[in-house]
Amino acid sequence: MTDAAQPAVGSVRAPLTAQQVAMEARLKKRHRAETWFKAQGLAAIIVAMVFLVVLVGRIVGQGYSTFETHTLSVPVYLNPERIDTSDLEGVNYDYIVAEAMMKKLGVVDDDLGLVSGKVMDLTSRDLGFQLLNMLKADKSLIGKTITVTGPFKADADLYFKGEIKRSTPQEDRKLDDQQLNWLDQLKNDGSVKSGFNFAFFTHSDSTEPEQAGVLGAVVGSAMMLLITALIAVPMGVMAAVYLEEFAPKNRWTDVIEVNINNLAAVPSIVYGLLGLALFINWLHVPRSSPLVGGLVLALMALPTVIIATRSALKAVPPSIREAALGVGASKTQTVFHHVLPLAMPGVMTGAILSLAHALGETAPLLMIGMVSFVPGVPEGFTGAATVLPVQVFIWENASERAFHERTAAAIIVLLVFMIVMNAAAVILRRRFERRW
Amino acid sequence: MLTWLSLLFLALFSGAAFMLGKRRAVKTAGGAPRVLHSLPGYYGSYAALWAGAPAALLLLLGTTFGGRVEDAMLQAQRPAVVQSLDVDRQDVFFSDAQAIAQGIAPSEVTYEGELKAALDVKVAEARRIENLVRFSVLGLSGVLALSGFLLAFPRLSADFRARNRVEGWVGGLLMASSIAAVLTTLGIVLSLVWESWRFFQSISPIDFLFGTVWNPQIAMRADQVAAEGAFGAVPLFAGTFLIMLIAMAVAAPVGLYSAIYLSEYANRPVRSVIKPLLEVLAGVPTVVYGFFAALTVGPLFRAGFNALGATMVGGPLDGVGQYLMEVQNQMALVAGVVMGIMLIPFVSSLSDDIINAVPQSLRDGSYAMGATTSETVKKVVLPAALPGIMAAMLLAVSRAVGETMIVTMAAGLQAKLTVNPLDTVTTVTVQIVTLLTGDQEFDSPKTLSAFGLGLTLFVVTLGLNIIALRIVQKYREQYD
Repeated sequence: MTDAAQPAVGSVRAPLTAQQVAMEARLKKRHRAETWFKAQGLAAIIVAMVFLVVLVGRIVGQGYSTFETHTLSVPVYLNPERIDTSDLEGVNYDYIVAEAMMKKLGVVDDDLGLVSGKVMDLTSRDLGFQLLNMLKADKSLIGKTITVTGPFKADADLYFKGEIKRSTPQEDRKLDDQQLNWLDQLKNDGSVKSGFNFAFFTHSDSTEPEQAGVLGAVVGSAMMLLITALIAVPMGVMAAVYLEEFAPKNRWTDVIEVNINNLAAVPSIVYGLLGLALFINWLHVPRSSPLVGGLVLALMALPTVIIATRSALKAVPPSIREAALGVGASKTQTVFHHVLPLAMPGVMTGAILSLAHALGETAPLLMIGMVSFVPGVPEGFTGAATVLPVQVFIWENASERAFHERTAAAIIVLLVFMIVMNAAAVILRRRFERRW
Repeated sequence: MLTWLSLLFLALFSGAAFMLGKRRAVKTAGGAPRVLHSLPGYYGSYAALWAGAPAALLLLLGTTFGGRVEDAMLQAQRPAVVQSLDVDRQDVFFSDAQAIAQGIAPSEVTYEGELKAALDVKVAEARRIENLVRFSVLGLSGVLALSGFLLAFPRLSADFRARNRVEGWVGGLLMASSIAAVLTTLGIVLSLVWESWRFFQSISPIDFLFGTVWNPQIAMRADQVAAEGAFGAVPLFAGTFLIMLIAMAVAAPVGLYSAIYLSEYANRPVRSVIKPLLEVLAGVPTVVYGFFAALTVGPLFRAGFNALGATMVGGPLDGVGQYLMEVQNQMALVAGVVMGIMLIPFVSSLSDDIINAVPQSLRDGSYAMGATTSETVKKVVLPAALPGIMAAMLLAVSRAVGETMIVTMAAGLQAKLTVNPLDTVTTVTVQIVTLLTGDQEFDSPKTLSAFGLGLTLFVVTLGLNIIALRIVQKYREQYD
């Protein structure tokens, strides 16, 4: 019936009434509005994604060059006239290196030492330290010629990477044309080698960009996070178990619940103020130590751990509890032998995510004195330390251009750690989460 | 070191108590554990808890508060020569005495004559007090451990309800943990209120909240020419508000529209790609956004405005052009836009949850009446989700107000009362960071003002959260 009717309607179409025309127009308008609205939504997504791509792209673009470095090999004649064997520490090794460089470049120093000064601007002081350490180990090297290999100064390194360009007017760059010519000369005679920048991962903070690395900050972050985890995770889990499984439902527990939800939304800088007033001024915990940082971040992570654990405990069905109670387990045994183990994947996911958040936190640590310059790996939980995000903040404030490159590289390291932690949480959730 | 050793020793002792307790329980049962009230392990745990827990607690309290007790005992008697010093110098004197006694480098103050003699006396006293406190804590915890064990051990018999007792301990521990969360709040409130109280003794709260000049450059030492600092926080509130408005102007539309698109239009594969990417954006630390703002967005906006200004100079808008030519990197707009980017995933994920909570039957009803998707969203879904979305926006505002790193790195330090987004402004959080980084004396109004700002920030963000919660509670529609 309907099959027969349809072609008839299609073929013999009655002329549209005025009402129908208006309706068609309205329909068209409505469909246009629909397309427009959908386009707006899509545009919002695209804008957000563009921001993400630009953010990550810029940081990788600024930072990746740090992972490449150029080293110089130069034969150095350890001139006995310049080396006082009784005072090895006091010798000007930088000048000895500069002499070797000048010999290699075929230039001679003038009376004012301008040429040697310019040459010294090219190489890192690390070469001089290497000579000192070699001589300390073996004094018989004096009078011989040995080849040392070490990094360039950051500006020279930037020239090799193309970050400092010859086309820039001479006044606007750190290195003048003569120095650039020398660098080209060194490159052409094969004494410059490029390679992976291991020093960035084996050195700690330094005032000289080519010597600065993230080791101290990574170790500091790890120590601080260890304290945070040891305090926030057990305490948060226990508090959540109490609130979810044991606490009577009365006004007090309501107050605690509202309180915890509000704590999770307190700005992190307020936790810094708390740490300053409570831990440093009142309890005299050493400033800028991993201990005090870990304590502050533990207080900050506590509410998130509690909230995540509670929702994981809620997801365990009551039948599990009833079964355990039914076979004679006590309330405590039920919770610790059955409910908590089943909720563990969710608990761990929440804990890892809040620790990842703590790893990236900066503001409260500025309050408790972590901005100081720490040129080494922290000595212990009460020694001065710096952490990765604060290192980023410190380097961002530095004026040298090479530090900006290193800042981006430190951010890449930080983001890698965060991605690893987040991925661990996702894997944990995927593999062990049970749907009831 | 000594504490760690004694804790280790205590752990060993407690372990021994466990073994002994377990063995005694089995023995009293005549070698047949099934007649015991509880499993043998519970008897051991009971003995171990009494042997270990009180002593461990005392040791921890001793390490935490021992230093304060020592200070108080040392300062109980102040020799006349010390009392003649300033209050600040007295503190330095006592901290030096402590430092020398502990073998740490003291301050650079030199002591001579009578004062030196007094110092030597106090150093000897400090050594004595340190030993006294340390060994009395150790001795007392030893007594506690032993007496705890001796009290608990004889009670272990076949009828003893060991499981219930141990579970009582566990319950107490769990409760103590959840009280710690409340204590954190109490600690925040007390420390902020206490330090702010000290601040408001020198600066009146009215001047602080309604004053329009912020210039905390007060003399740090008594002998400097005292410049009276100005602590009117209105410019900071205005700067915070301006940056928050810019951030919300970016985050609210982008976040809300992307949430609508994801929940109403996008198909499953698109959602499964976009949502994790938004989570990545949410997981990026704020210091990274700060770096992005300071070194990428700032110079980019500046170059853009300068170029725009250059085209206007000489034309009818010459004045505007001249102004745009001189715009600096650190403007409110940069910090606001980057903060907005940071808030996009926050707004979007909250709104997404709320939109998904609107029952499908409402949508189906709307579709059945012939409405298009956009009409359904605008006329049915959004009105139903409105309280939740309002709450989400308020939470985002609270985040924007409390955000620190982006503004510290990109907004600037000048406290200006302006609504011009191209001008440099400062915020409450930036000032807290500036006032408290580095070493400074803790009694000047300058450092204490940071706590006044912190208290204001805490009250405002807490208020926003509570209002958000109330909105959701009051206007939530119950559909099922």
